[in-house]
Amino acid sequence: MIDYSKVLSPKVTAIAPSGIRKFFDIAATMDDVISLGVGEPDFQTPWQIRKAGINSLEKGKTKYTSNWGIGELREEISHYLLRKYNIEYNPDNEILVSVGGSEAIDACIRAVVSVGDEVIIPQPSFVCYEPITRLAGGTPVIIETKAENDFKLTPQQLKAAITDKTKVLVLPYPCNPTGAIMEKQDLEAIAEVLRDTNIIVLSDEIYSELTFGLKHTSFASINGMWERTVTVNGFSKSFSMTGWRLGFACGPKAIIEQITKIHQFAIMCAPTTSQYAAIEALKNCDEEVERMVKEYDMRRRLMVSGFNKIGLECREPKGAFYAFPSIKSTGMTSEEFCEKLLYSKKVAVVPGTAFGDSGEGFIRASYCYSTEHIKEAINRIGEFLNDK
Amino acid sequence: MKYEILKLLAKNARYSAEEMATMLGIEENEVKENIKVLEKDGLIRGYKTVVDWEKLDSAYVSAIIEIKVVPKAGLGFEEVAEKIMKYSEVESVYLMSGVYDLNVVVKGKTLQDIARFVAKELSTIDTVTSTTTHFVLRRYKEMDVELISENQDDRGQFWL
Repeated sequence: MIDYSKVLSPKVTAIAPSGIRKFFDIAATMDDVISLGVGEPDFQTPWQIRKAGINSLEKGKTKYTSNWGIGELREEISHYLLRKYNIEYNPDNEILVSVGGSEAIDACIRAVVSVGDEVIIPQPSFVCYEPITRLAGGTPVIIETKAENDFKLTPQQLKAAITDKTKVLVLPYPCNPTGAIMEKQDLEAIAEVLRDTNIIVLSDEIYSELTFGLKHTSFASINGMWERTVTVNGFSKSFSMTGWRLGFACGPKAIIEQITKIHQFAIMCAPTTSQYAAIEALKNCDEEVERMVKEYDMRRRLMVSGFNKIGLECREPKGAFYAFPSIKSTGMTSEEFCEKLLYSKKVAVVPGTAFGDSGEGFIRASYCYSTEHIKEAINRIGEFLNDK
Repeated sequence: MKYEILKLLAKNARYSAEEMATMLGIEENEVKENIKVLEKDGLIRGYKTVVDWEKLDSAYVSAIIEIKVVPKAGLGFEEVAEKIMKYSEVESVYLMSGVYDLNVVVKGKTLQDIARFVAKELSTIDTVTSTTTHFVLRRYKEMDVELISENQDDRGQFWL
């Protein structure tokens, strides 16, 4: 009989399974649950993108592509990043097409982080940075961003977290789950702290198209930061292409070449059909994206106003597609709130603690739903608060 | 802003002025004023419900009728179109390009009702030279609303 505790890697077994998994499993078995839990768009991938994928299949484009991704796609990514965010990358050796933004994040951290290196991670944020850092042998250093700073990373916090072991700073903006964005002047202040260091910035800009009122600023576009930044982006959120699994990492050749080695041996290449579809997305879908952003914006206002009306303080999220209201006024913990809400009103939201301890006192509600759905969910949450 | 309001109402006529104001980031009164003007100017012609009548036992049948007419000097197609649209059986009337002139959607309780209406009323109009009747067998989508979809949300419900 194999003693599995002896054969499995302690690096992996030490990673705690998500504590809220159980809660989600309960929700999944209940009928008539109205969920604000998803983290992906409800829009279909625009038809012309799907069509481009189908056409590539009809033409028999079913083989591996270059490890780096199709040349034409890398060229389009290069044009896109210049046109949208004013950053320049050479398609020949500074852009790698990856399996979603997630793979790019993993490969980037593995390429840069050695045992004992510290990776600074602002939280609340997406859940992958911490475990990936640990798998690479690094040490996550958490910065708790604050509601009163609109969940932005401040230069003071960053300065205080930097040690001589700091290797990477993760910049997850626009931010899932807080909806925070970093404006140009915010990024410039961060850049000042980093300027004379060797710290590499992993800028996860997967929600870059989804900002409201303000255009997204890429960290690599800040004066002097290009050389230390790996920009990660992708097609999932901006073009409603989550299931296609396609993203990219861009940065200085010296880094991207190493990331590409990892990609080459672990993955070979990103899905071919998805790559052909993505060319169409970048070439001809600005209008579609604009239409979706407009729709998200209306839902966002409806949700934020709804939460505030029922008495849950909710700051205006400026990016991504989540509202992150405070539930502190209820006296409950985030998990307690979510569990009771699920059982009594059959509404599912995600406790803020799923995104780090600093998410305590908040819940994440996605507005990737129809306005009718959002209204119904908020009505029920309002009843829940009144029943207490 | 009028256009934005129209787009919202065209999608869901039951949005309240307050909801639309929130979604568009303007004052509720501005929405109300705009709607008043849109109604007065006849841009908004009415508010109706999209019904899936097939779910009801007393469903009705409808037909699309292609009509060829001889236009009258000076009056064009207006006279005959206005005559046809007055019938309560008629749901819509369009002037068409192509091989026929008017497209008329007619509804009735039974096929016979419609056949009778075409034979007795439409065909007997003196400028009408021919009619072709197509009965509707099934409705899949009506006024932008899909009538057959299940609307199952198959997304992973807790993807972080």
